[in-house]
Amino acid sequence: MSKDAFKNTELIQASLKKRYARERRFQLFGKLAVLLGFVFLFILLFDIVSKGTPAFTQKQLQIAVDFDPDKLGVDASASAEQLRQANFNAVIKSSLRDMFPEVTSRGDKKRLYRLVSIGAEYALRDRVIEDPSLIGQRKDFWLLAHSEAAGYLKGQISRELPEVERKVKDIQMDWLDQLRDKGLTKSSFNTLFFLEGDSREPELAGIRAALQGSFFTLVVTFLLAFPIGVFAAVYLEEFAPRNRITDLIEININNLAAVPSIVFGLLGLAVFINFFELPRSAPLVGGIVLSLMTLPTIIITSRASIQAVSPSIREAALGVGASKIQTVFHHVLPVAMPGILTGSIIGMAQALGESAPLLMIGMVAFIMEVPGGVTDPSTVLPVQIFLWADSPERGFTEKTSAAIMVLMGFLIVMNALAIYLRRRFEVK
Amino acid sequence: MKKHVLGAIVLTVGLGNLAVAQAQGRDNVSIVGSSTVYPFATVVAERFGRSTDFKAPKIESTGSGGGLKLFCKGLGANTPDITNSSRRIKKSEYDQCQENGVTDVVEVLVGFDGIAIANSRQAPQLTLSLQDLYLALAKDVPGPDGKLIPNPNKTWKDINPALPASTIEVLGPPPTSGTRDAFAELALGGGAQAIPALKSLRELGADQVDEIKAAVAALGIPEGFYQSYSQSSGKAPKGKDIFKAIAYSVREDGAYIEAGENDNLIVQKLEANPNALGIFGFSFLDENGDKVQGSLINGVEPSFDSIADGDYPVSRPLYFYIKSAHVGRIPGIREYAIEFASDRAMGEDGYLTERGLIPLDEVELKQVQADVASLKRLEM
Repeated sequence: MSKDAFKNTELIQASLKKRYARERRFQLFGKLAVLLGFVFLFILLFDIVSKGTPAFTQKQLQIAVDFDPDKLGVDASASAEQLRQANFNAVIKSSLRDMFPEVTSRGDKKRLYRLVSIGAEYALRDRVIEDPSLIGQRKDFWLLAHSEAAGYLKGQISRELPEVERKVKDIQMDWLDQLRDKGLTKSSFNTLFFLEGDSREPELAGIRAALQGSFFTLVVTFLLAFPIGVFAAVYLEEFAPRNRITDLIEININNLAAVPSIVFGLLGLAVFINFFELPRSAPLVGGIVLSLMTLPTIIITSRASIQAVSPSIREAALGVGASKIQTVFHHVLPVAMPGILTGSIIGMAQALGESAPLLMIGMVAFIMEVPGGVTDPSTVLPVQIFLWADSPERGFTEKTSAAIMVLMGFLIVMNALAIYLRRRFEVK
Repeated sequence: MKKHVLGAIVLTVGLGNLAVAQAQGRDNVSIVGSSTVYPFATVVAERFGRSTDFKAPKIESTGSGGGLKLFCKGLGANTPDITNSSRRIKKSEYDQCQENGVTDVVEVLVGFDGIAIANSRQAPQLTLSLQDLYLALAKDVPGPDGKLIPNPNKTWKDINPALPASTIEVLGPPPTSGTRDAFAELALGGGAQAIPALKSLRELGADQVDEIKAAVAALGIPEGFYQSYSQSSGKAPKGKDIFKAIAYSVREDGAYIEAGENDNLIVQKLEANPNALGIFGFSFLDENGDKVQGSLINGVEPSFDSIADGDYPVSRPLYFYIKSAHVGRIPGIREYAIEFASDRAMGEDGYLTERGLIPLDEVELKQVQADVASLKRLEM
């Protein structure tokens, strides 16, 4: 007996080392998994941030603009309407030629004009409409650089590449170097990126229209999904009888949460656009479709947090004579609210990042105008990212990454809000 | 209770807003269609929006076929006013339009686009013939005895001893894309015509039933094929129809890789894999000249001039179609079309040519401008 016991201890002793080793191995694998996850996340973030950061600066060139009435085709007495039609393009071109009088060949002139963004024309037009006395004067203006020129000034294009392989030619680089040496180039914060809608010129493209579109879409989504989701959860959890039908409903809600989002897009196209004839590309339809998508998330999390409310609270309320509905609205819901809000915000964050269902309902479109309401054509942030990623112009690479940064910023804010609300309202 | 009232208010305001919007129709032009024309149409839309009082048109990239389907669905503010297309409207689509009340359609030829077959700059530039492309990418090719067999070619060297011994790997757009249609027609169809048996089949008319049947038999296609083809199309096929069915099908054994509609993605994949070739529009080649190079096709390099002159064999016309019934109802349609067809956009020095559009010659351009101004009805 004692011999056996001794043997057992020996066995245990012998295997102990192995068991410790196994545990250490397991922990190591766990650490490796976490580390690997972090490495990927870091690579991804580093790639996006390093590509996207240059998009937040814009390059401008100082040009002495000569508002020659002959070239404009209007004089100082012109009406605003005539000024709108005036040829500001010719003014910019001749001003550029004045700065580089040695440029004579046709091809070189074209390359020279390509230093300045086409947006400069409209910026000057707006300035002159504001102050018509500029006509006939000669004045220095900071004009927005073309995205290719800006790319060179930002150091993204190297002179080392053979000339045929790059968009910015040697001669353009020489001009830009000259301007830089004279202090006629400057960088500033790219406000256009936040104030303008989409554009086909990378230096003019902004995310305002997409942001506003995302905002309207999410407002519609929230107004539909939050009340419907919460009331459905309250009913199912507090009032509905437990029977086959409610079981069936529960299973279906859980399944609905796993349906691929593109299916909701097809539904939106068939029902809301083809049958109800709601307008295409509108945040209204986008919001409805996304609310269908987020409903299951909200219902499931709301039910879970209502379930988590201690039964003693209900019993106490019922015990002092509150009705069922008073119990639910005065006692259960306030306690469950942090959980419900967290679930809703996470659902909203999902909706904000969604693009697949919107493809079907026409929200993947080139839209310059900032939408003013839920029926105006608009696009959303993820779709804007997709469209820019698909554009041939090189300048959109940085815009794509910058838009991803903005989208991620919003997602982080929303998730932080969810955490804050949970902490703030949690009843200890 | 407060919540109920609030909800009711939101709902009423929402519905009211909607009703108003529906009654007013649209105040911006709605455009759909080809992803190849999209980069050009959006540039015009932007200039148009910035320089006039009209709102900038909304442009969706749905593919040529998808765009025409939406366009021909009917009249009304819920249907698009203009559709872009990287091929001409088909008779069947035109008939569909007529049936749905879209009777007056204006066709506008915009210019040309080349399809580049490109590879990474790290690899040597290839010189291919259309026949090489056909033999590399068609589903069935004639075997040693002249009968069609599933494409056996694994490397470029198998096709043409002058080509490298690397595996055939071509990244290209999916079947929904107009680029794919045009590639099949111009490159595969063009290459197949270099094979005498297929070329003679193509030239047979619908009445030469016996000749067609003999040609089909010589190619080793079962007799039933002719029957089933004539049954499914409802009429006796021409030699050309059979030719199309044979030559335009792309192989599905992995040598042709569908890379989605995103041409930038194809460029990135080519950079990562110097052995692969990619198929995409000329404007992407033009923008990414530092990363990829276009292969010479029949000895011609894809360039602005070679496409404009018609020397480069894989190029196609680009169009857009206007719904005349909407002109005057929705503001800006005619003005947008005039801007698109203007010299400063579509002309030889226009801003669209800067983006890689291959312009029309002067006579054609004048004709197109006149047709746009008069909204000339398309007859088919």
